[in-house]
Amino acid sequence: MNATLNPTHAAEVNARSSILARLRATAIPEALPLPEVKAWFDAHQRHEDSAQRVSRLRAALEAVKTEVHDTTAADWPDLLLRLVEAKGLRNLLIGADTPHGAELESRQPANLELKRYAESIDTWRDVLFDEVDASLTLAKSAIAEIGSLILWPTPQEPRLMSLVPSVHFVLLDVATIHADLHSAITNEGWKDGLPTNALLICGPSKTADIQQTLAYGAHGPRELVVLLRHADPVKEGAAA
Amino acid sequence: MSQVIKIHPMEDFKERSRDVLNNPGQRKNFRGAMDFLQAKRRAQFPDQDELQGLRELGSQIRRYSLAHLPRLLEQLEAKLTANGVQVHWAQNPDEANAIALGIAERVKAKKIIKGKSMVSEEVGFNHAMEAAGIEAFESDMGEYIVQLAGEAPSHIIMPAIHKTKQEIAELFAKEIPGVAYTEDVDALIRIGRRVLRRKFADADIGLSGVNFCVAETGTLCLVENEGNGRMCTTVPKVHIAITGIEKVVEKLEHVPPLYSLLARSATGQAVTTYFNLISGPRKPDEKDGPEEVHLILLDNGRTQAYADTELRETLKCIRCGACMNHCPVYARIGGHAYGTTYPGPIGAIISPHMLGLDATYPLAFASTLCGACVEVCPVKIPITDILVRLRNESQAKPESEEATLRGSGAGRTVAGTAVWNVWAQVYSRTGLYKLASWFMSRGRALSPSDQGAWTRSRTPLVPAPKRLRDLLKERK
Repeated sequence: MNATLNPTHAAEVNARSSILARLRATAIPEALPLPEVKAWFDAHQRHEDSAQRVSRLRAALEAVKTEVHDTTAADWPDLLLRLVEAKGLRNLLIGADTPHGAELESRQPANLELKRYAESIDTWRDVLFDEVDASLTLAKSAIAEIGSLILWPTPQEPRLMSLVPSVHFVLLDVATIHADLHSAITNEGWKDGLPTNALLICGPSKTADIQQTLAYGAHGPRELVVLLRHADPVKEGAAA
Repeated sequence: MSQVIKIHPMEDFKERSRDVLNNPGQRKNFRGAMDFLQAKRRAQFPDQDELQGLRELGSQIRRYSLAHLPRLLEQLEAKLTANGVQVHWAQNPDEANAIALGIAERVKAKKIIKGKSMVSEEVGFNHAMEAAGIEAFESDMGEYIVQLAGEAPSHIIMPAIHKTKQEIAELFAKEIPGVAYTEDVDALIRIGRRVLRRKFADADIGLSGVNFCVAETGTLCLVENEGNGRMCTTVPKVHIAITGIEKVVEKLEHVPPLYSLLARSATGQAVTTYFNLISGPRKPDEKDGPEEVHLILLDNGRTQAYADTELRETLKCIRCGACMNHCPVYARIGGHAYGTTYPGPIGAIISPHMLGLDATYPLAFASTLCGACVEVCPVKIPITDILVRLRNESQAKPESEEATLRGSGAGRTVAGTAVWNVWAQVYSRTGLYKLASWFMSRGRALSPSDQGAWTRSRTPLVPAPKRLRDLLKERK
């Protein structure tokens, strides 16, 4: 941008200095101490084991129409393929070069087309919007208290994967579940580096804009399916 | 350049209020919606101690952020710039729209898809874009409905709260080609979804508001349920975010308490579907996301509120709408009657800074001062104190020390001032008071039957036949 000749730019520079000057002209009352956010969350922490944490996450997700399935590191691909079949999905969008994507590809599912998010969205936007039925992404972690999945989209699993397809499958390792949002932010050191886009997701998209009537499937996914991946074999929950 | 619609909210405030009061259908809509939202919020705060503690914490965070506002704005700007986000400053709506138009012109944009943003309503964004031949399309379901009907939002969180599903069904059948009348809400939402999907894919620019700006990381936080906010900030090549200068917090850890208060106070949800943290445009190795991200920081009178310690509390607001959901006045007259972008109690105390007290002071009087708004405000804004302050400001002598705001003294009249002067004299002198009250009680038959606004819907005020002083004397 041309800094010297652009009148809008000159106006902006002027606006900036005027606004800051007006704010600074006001005597700021005694320097307030930093709010004690950590102390608040420490005092309200629940003492729970990992099983309790998982069940709290599950309850919060199920309360907003999310399907939650228990599975294991070995069994999740089979479970996913069964669910995909039961839902009658024709294709599934997977990330390019992810271990879980490769795992699925190695199964060579018969009735399911695996699409890779291999190119810039600019080249295939209409296909994504009009033809992709479902997607699979890995959650970075989750938050038990508010039932939210944490997604940090990557070049391999870009952000639109969790937004455009009608059905969104999320793989979540139970070991990564945090108690609350504050501990997620601090334990994972978010302040030292956030991706271009970080997301908390709780349930399929929804709206109550028509006469306060709740309807799922507003602009994002209509269905959210969480595969809780346990490290050890557990008894299979009801699949589909 | 752009022409923002000139708003004179007070010109027919009373008329508009009366119209709604005489419309049983509308009153039923609002009453039902308010009862629903109140119950939902109540269910989210079962523990009073937790609620009060969290409100105190939320209030402290907002107060701290405001105390350090100029520094935090500079830090935010530096961080965002380092992240690749372009930061713009606007003193008023015209400047904000000019910045957006400048960007639109440069990228040759013809279509803008909009996520929910009250600040864009505040600056008359859609109107300014249309005047320049650019389509600005609302994508929040409620905003979409309101835009389709050619109306303005009547609530800051639920824009179409004044409409029944029958009205929306009629609107869709009339305005959207090929749509048949249906009252089924799921079907109506599916129709909206279908229309808007194409709009997301075709738009050149996505516009959004911001719920919190985080200074330490240079992050824009957006809270939503529908996913349209994510669409607007991810699909088009350019994302423009617009927000007020007061929305900044210093640390990322300041966000969780405010987010919790916002979601629970606004719609009675523990959490929203999406919490979207944007820290920059698409990087070279990334496959989606906007190539440009802009943030427009708008003043529009906020620095006036900031200059006064008492009025600065107004800027703590996180725009949850709980004050209007619990306001007995809002529940009866609804959002449109106010005539301002922000209705309800928060509208009455923030609008004077945006539009001038002269254009808005009657709003400060449209309150019973019952304090329901103060009780529910998640960041403890002393709304009723500020309403009283604004009432006083509206009666202040212009250019005196009491007149500190644009438009102060606009409600002052010669007759009114004279009446209050007499009142002050009588009530500060015992002899005069005795005499006056004697005449009042003895001359009660002379009380006028027309007592202005009071007698429009009430019986006239008549002094008691005996003064308190007389009654006490009789008891002895």
